[in-house]
Amino acid sequence: VSKPLRALAAVAHWRLLVPLALLASLPVWLGHHTFYVNISSQILLWAVAALALNVLVGYAGLVSLGHAGLLAMAGYAVALMLQAGAGHLVACLAAVGVTLAASAVFAVLALRSTGIGFLMITLALGQIVWGIAYRWASLTNGDNGINLGSRPAPFGLSLAGAEAFYYATLVIFLLAVLSMWVFVRSPFGASLAGTRDQPRRMTALGFNVWLVRFLAFLVSGFWCGVSGLLYVYYHQFIAPPAAALTASAEILLMVISGGTATLLGPIAGAGIVVIMKNVASAYIERWNMVLGLIFILIISFMPEGLVPGSVRLWRGAWAWLRSRAPAGAARSGEEGAP
Amino acid sequence: MTLWLTLTVNSVALGGLLFLLSSGFSLIFGLMRIPNLMHGSFFMLGAYLGVTFLWQGLNFWVAALLSAAAIALIGGLIERFLLRRLEGQVLPQVLLTLGFAFIIADVCLMLWTGDPWQPATPDHLRGVVQVTGLYFPIYRLVIVLVAVVIAIALWLLVDWTRLGAMIRAGVDDAPIARVVGIRVSQLFTLVFALGAALAAFGGVMGAPYLSVYPGLDFEMLPLALIVVILGGVGSLLGALVGSFVIGFLYNFGTALLPDLAYVILFLPMVLILVLRPQGLFGKVTT
Repeated sequence: VSKPLRALAAVAHWRLLVPLALLASLPVWLGHHTFYVNISSQILLWAVAALALNVLVGYAGLVSLGHAGLLAMAGYAVALMLQAGAGHLVACLAAVGVTLAASAVFAVLALRSTGIGFLMITLALGQIVWGIAYRWASLTNGDNGINLGSRPAPFGLSLAGAEAFYYATLVIFLLAVLSMWVFVRSPFGASLAGTRDQPRRMTALGFNVWLVRFLAFLVSGFWCGVSGLLYVYYHQFIAPPAAALTASAEILLMVISGGTATLLGPIAGAGIVVIMKNVASAYIERWNMVLGLIFILIISFMPEGLVPGSVRLWRGAWAWLRSRAPAGAARSGEEGAP
Repeated sequence: MTLWLTLTVNSVALGGLLFLLSSGFSLIFGLMRIPNLMHGSFFMLGAYLGVTFLWQGLNFWVAALLSAAAIALIGGLIERFLLRRLEGQVLPQVLLTLGFAFIIADVCLMLWTGDPWQPATPDHLRGVVQVTGLYFPIYRLVIVLVAVVIAIALWLLVDWTRLGAMIRAGVDDAPIARVVGIRVSQLFTLVFALGAALAAFGGVMGAPYLSVYPGLDFEMLPLALIVVILGGVGSLLGALVGSFVIGFLYNFGTALLPDLAYVILFLPMVLILVLRPQGLFGKVTT
């Protein structure tokens, strides 16, 4: 057996294969129901955005509230390029380029500071993008947004249908997960975590802390731009709310609700938020209030994140049940004895 | 000529309003380092409350003070019982204040609907004054006057009173301040409530001028932010100067480049971050 094949076999563990098979066959499980397949696509595309933000929030310890701005920038770039008559490939490449350039500008400005300052500056920068989208109506068509004529058909495969789009999103999502997996285990990922925990020592060790953070911002911006492409092709429409602070907050909620600095956390978080948003908006109008309440509840009861927090609460409840169970069993035993 | 003059008067008035908003933000974010993302919400909720009090037939100043007091109470309670437990943890503080901002926005939408509310300018503040042949609307001048009075009062409070010295001591080194008998915790609740009250007061003052509508909260929050970044974190003088700079940029930008007016507002912030990250009047921190 050749070396690459053995490496593949080593990687092809059931813990990887089962979820992969599940994801690949998801449309079948969902009965090819367009609505549910679409929700799955949404979860995957937001998971890419959450993974992107997690590079900063989880591994760099830098909380950004401007990522919806980057996502929307990629979306608007595609929409405007297509409107100008460019092809899908050119438009996508240009959009990623624009988003990377914007990320570099964001990073240079926001990295003048860390912690609370970083957060506030990214918030303001995100608002600039929103401001351009909303107020510069001659360019962006303001509040009415921009419609896309069509989805692309890479290699002759049309993505117009819900399932085709799901599979395209899945491929990109898997690429994102793979790149994050490599990233986290790379020396660069380790040095990034180092700048999060001990910036001074990292400087003393000869690392350029600023540069490490800057590159991390670019990685984050790149995947955020990719998710922006998915977003705009999924909806075939983009409007200012995509860049709003609420959208940035939702991505942040995905990262935090799943648990930061983990690979699965943001993915689970994206699932939770997208499902909750769709369920909530089916029954009540007040998604924003639900979002706010979730934030406050998470902070009050599960500061470590929704997934680890639920596990902890569940274990606590389980331990509590177990501690009561023997007493109950003993009592029933006594009753049964005579 | 009249256009320029009108623009200037409007700019100064907006600057005064922005100072009311950002002086509170300067206290909370600049001095106490709490990332208060509900500051715009305090402004909006304060304005809505003020509008409601005015509608009940209350005097304008009474309405403004009542609204400020109500928001001070709300802000103080949130600080005392929720934010206090998260001292020094930026991310949880951000989530908590953001959560409240969303809830306040939704509650306001529920109670006051999506239509804008614009109370009439109070009778005794209506009209114009004539100075050397030029007319100035009284209300705009009153806003500026109030802003200047509050700026002086805050400066006296923080720099020249015993209370201000205690606050500064608590900010600089809370443990040592506690050791010498300063109740830092209570003091911080007080400062937070004061900051919230200033935002609400600004909201009521601004209502006849800007009107109150959903989304005002997240429109004002970045403005408070850029004013504070521009002026220098923790500097009241910086907040005052920054407010007027932004006031001028907003009005002249809207008149000259309407499409880009909102973006132009952020330019000074970008420049300052690149050239002088501590802000115009900020101290260099180590």
